[in-house]
Amino acid sequence: MKKHYLRNKAPFIFIIICCLALTIIPLPSSINIFRPNFITLIIIYLSINFPEKFNLGNAWMLGLLVDVTMGNLLGQNALALCVISYISVKFHLQFRIFPILQMSSIVFLLVGIHQFILFWINGVVGNEVIFIKYFGPILTSTLMWPLVVILLGKFKHVLQK
Amino acid sequence: MAKKTQNKSLRSRFPSFGSKFLFFAILSLCLLVLDQRDNRLEFFRQSISTLIHPIYLIVDTPITLWNSIRELTKNQNKLLRENKALQFNQQLSDIKLQRFATLEAENLRLREILEATTRISNKFSIARIMSIDTDPFKHSILINKGKKDGIFQGQTLIDYKGVVGQITQVNLFSSKGILITDPNHAIPIEINRNGIRTIALGTGGFNNLKLPFLPNNTDIDEGDLLVTSGLGRAFPPGYPVAIVEHIELDPLEQFATISAKPLAALNQNREVILIWNSPQENDEETLSKK
Repeated sequence: MKKHYLRNKAPFIFIIICCLALTIIPLPSSINIFRPNFITLIIIYLSINFPEKFNLGNAWMLGLLVDVTMGNLLGQNALALCVISYISVKFHLQFRIFPILQMSSIVFLLVGIHQFILFWINGVVGNEVIFIKYFGPILTSTLMWPLVVILLGKFKHVLQK
Repeated sequence: MAKKTQNKSLRSRFPSFGSKFLFFAILSLCLLVLDQRDNRLEFFRQSISTLIHPIYLIVDTPITLWNSIRELTKNQNKLLRENKALQFNQQLSDIKLQRFATLEAENLRLREILEATTRISNKFSIARIMSIDTDPFKHSILINKGKKDGIFQGQTLIDYKGVVGQITQVNLFSSKGILITDPNHAIPIEINRNGIRTIALGTGGFNNLKLPFLPNNTDIDEGDLLVTSGLGRAFPPGYPVAIVEHIELDPLEQFATISAKPLAALNQNREVILIWNSPQENDEETLSKK
């Protein structure tokens, strides 16, 4: 039973590890501002397509992992990703049938919400924040969305098991 | 009938979904407050950090591999040239060291006369930078030494030219350091020429520190060397930090606007040096002084 369970979870864990690796790969600081927010994209994708397997709890834990890897205040990504996952799961039936362009605009909104929550928390805590710098990831993440859909679409049958 | 029960089960799941969301949201808010008010979650953070250490290794491996391949395929001419340059540098430093040896001995003697404690710490260790922070507002680095190598919180990081920063978080196999240019970092310094003490704050730019607490009539010039003053006990005294780059005096303002350029190559280093100047040592010194 447990073996079976592990086999079911393995593809998810693999994807999440890939995502975490993508978020910590060192980049030159000029490009770094535009690093797409892969974690948010993956959470949107998994919450829409596999709401029974991947929802709030997983998103929250993933958020904690991201907070620790980035050395942020604990809980800020957890909260932001929780909100993203909640919205995605709540409307997953609508989101599933959206054409890719329309969905991209939704992704734009969702990543925007995510970045805004981070911006807000950092502002309340008293860290130095510049709003313009939070815009880069929103744009690049939106552009990355079709790629993520196509790439993960290839693995969909593995995830669905 | 079956459809109806399914519907019911679905409907009964959704309110619990909302409350689940509330639960997690409140949990993360609690975490935020706890982490912000007092660092009680340090242990929690450390254990998760140790857990995800393999991911850092995965990311780090291609880079180290690439570096070693590049080392292997360097041609002989280049190596010879490098060797020559290094030998030249070595000779230069040897000449300088001769002078320093006598100076150090003299300094020690003078300090003995003054009954002051010696401040030279001689334990060093080199660590490799594994990753830099992805958040552009934070200047922090992750190095490949941790608790098992005897790293402690607050330890000073330097490179070959100057102070880099200090350790903020120690995990089992790695530790996190904050750079002196982080907007939240301040370092107590003094002007090497005349000993005027002040504090240098990070600005968020790798080539820029600001000295906001010096009045307009302070004796400071462009090109002055700033060294750590050792006050506040976070950094050992006497290590070079930055060079004053630009001074702007506005008669209407009470304080001068001074910017300084860090000596350490903060965004180019692959290695940093850790200094052992442990707080316990200092305490022992003060005790023995009494």
